[in-house]
Amino acid sequence: MTHQRWFTPWLLVAPAAVWLAVFSLWPSLNTVVLAFTNAKPLGGGRFTGVENFARITDDAQLGDALLNSVIYMVVCVPLLTLLPLLLAVLVQRKLPGISFFRTAFYTPVIASAVVVALIWGWVLEERGLVNGLAQQLGVLSGPLPFLTDRWLLLLSAISLTVWKGLGYYMIIYLSALGNVSRELHEAAFVDGAGPVRRFFNVTVPGVRNTMALVSVLISVSALRVFSELYVLSDGTGGPGGQDMSVVMLIQMYSRGFTGHLGYASALSLLLFAVTIGPMLLLLRLNRKAA
Amino acid sequence: MARRTGRGFGTAGPGEKLLRYGLMLVVLVLTVGPFVWQLSTSLKGLGEDIYTRTPNFVPADPTLANYGGVADTIPVWSYGRNSLVVAAIVVFGNAVGATLAGYALAKLRFRGRRLILGLFLATLVLPGEVTIISQYVTVRGLGLADTLLGVALPGAIGMLNVLLMRTAFMSIPADMDAAALIDGANVWQRLVHIGLPNVRGMLSVVVIFSFIGAWDDFLWPLIVLTDPENYTLTVGLQYLNGTFSANPRLIAAGTMIAFIPIVVVFAVLQRFFFKGVEEGAIKG
Repeated sequence: MTHQRWFTPWLLVAPAAVWLAVFSLWPSLNTVVLAFTNAKPLGGGRFTGVENFARITDDAQLGDALLNSVIYMVVCVPLLTLLPLLLAVLVQRKLPGISFFRTAFYTPVIASAVVVALIWGWVLEERGLVNGLAQQLGVLSGPLPFLTDRWLLLLSAISLTVWKGLGYYMIIYLSALGNVSRELHEAAFVDGAGPVRRFFNVTVPGVRNTMALVSVLISVSALRVFSELYVLSDGTGGPGGQDMSVVMLIQMYSRGFTGHLGYASALSLLLFAVTIGPMLLLLRLNRKAA
Repeated sequence: MARRTGRGFGTAGPGEKLLRYGLMLVVLVLTVGPFVWQLSTSLKGLGEDIYTRTPNFVPADPTLANYGGVADTIPVWSYGRNSLVVAAIVVFGNAVGATLAGYALAKLRFRGRRLILGLFLATLVLPGEVTIISQYVTVRGLGLADTLLGVALPGAIGMLNVLLMRTAFMSIPADMDAAALIDGANVWQRLVHIGLPNVRGMLSVVVIFSFIGAWDDFLWPLIVLTDPENYTLTVGLQYLNGTFSANPRLIAAGTMIAFIPIVVVFAVLQRFFFKGVEEGAIKG
């Protein structure tokens, strides 16, 4: 490469490298440092040893948050692994108007979680669309407290996450379905296999790696949930703050006079500890699916 | 073409078409219905009952009064401008920064390349929420707490975008570069004349998602911004929801102000996006 001065590549990489250092590497290290201090949102911070980690072990609200995360995962993983696959199969054929439907199904993905949660708050409120319709049709005799009951609120947030995620994973599956061998489908068709059998015997094995990838993606995003719970509960975390997520707790401790950045950092490390396993798995699966 | 009994695999029969369209219409109602309901609520006047048990999707007397009303309650237009400023910085930063770094990492040989690449990859296992607190400490240290620049800066070059652009540049055949080298083209000329024309698809995906990501973001601006004057749309809307939950018409109008621009942007650019999907640009 005679035309290249030694520093030319570095000039091109420099902006990204600076960002990598300042907004990624340094904050990662600093999270560990901060977790051992009592830093406040308004400045300061003194080394306090393992105090923050001791506090983690008897934080009842954190216990609730972790329970919520587990429930989130248990419900979201099967639903969001299967429904978007069915949806992708539904929109796979290039029928007239198909790109309209694909785009429409993707709309909840591009909308902000805040916008979507405000809409759902309106739909699910006591005198909202769902309660009104259900009573009109005689399904319910009185309104259900979707947004004020500890478990119903969690369930509402989960349904919102599932609804918002459908289009996202549909697109991932759509991309994967393109690689499923057409010959296999055709052979199964000739052998007289109906659509259901072809789905289970050809489609599912063909996208198995993608299904694994998607289910891990969902697990990670279930652990990271924030906006849905925050907006549906108006930032309160539901009755007694029992509907918090770990990220909501981190945000809560980042603010105001009662804030505690040191403890928030310790919670961040906890979040890292529970997400690193699935994240590493994700990298491996991504390589496999590619 | 054979019909009925001899219908080949790969063409949908009338029964299958009917079933597919029917099911797609059901899904359409479920996914788009809530947005239509919100739009309808935002257009209903104060005189119209919005709590009817049988939902009225068509406003009896459509009015834009709620859009004026929400602007009287919160400075919604300046929130929109704030969101736009943040999104513009993020889009510009990613389009330029990720392209330059992606090109160097894909096409140029230099000492430390593998190390840098490894570090970029390593950041992928870190969910953004994990470092958000120390990110805030950094931004505060730079004197950018409670500023729009503080909101925009950390995301202005996304590590994932650098890697996506690198992948795109890698798929350009080496022969093309070699030919240009023989012709005496320097790095910059090769990037502009050979690189860029061949990565348009990926670049548009990066631009679309940088815009959507910045416009929709909530947690980060919520942490950085404290003065209601500086709020972005998402933070401002949540603030509105907490303060004036009495009138859903206003909140509906506010959400539409945040929602409609992103739909327009996506509708205009969606063909690039779905083309990117077919080319395998979108993966986990």
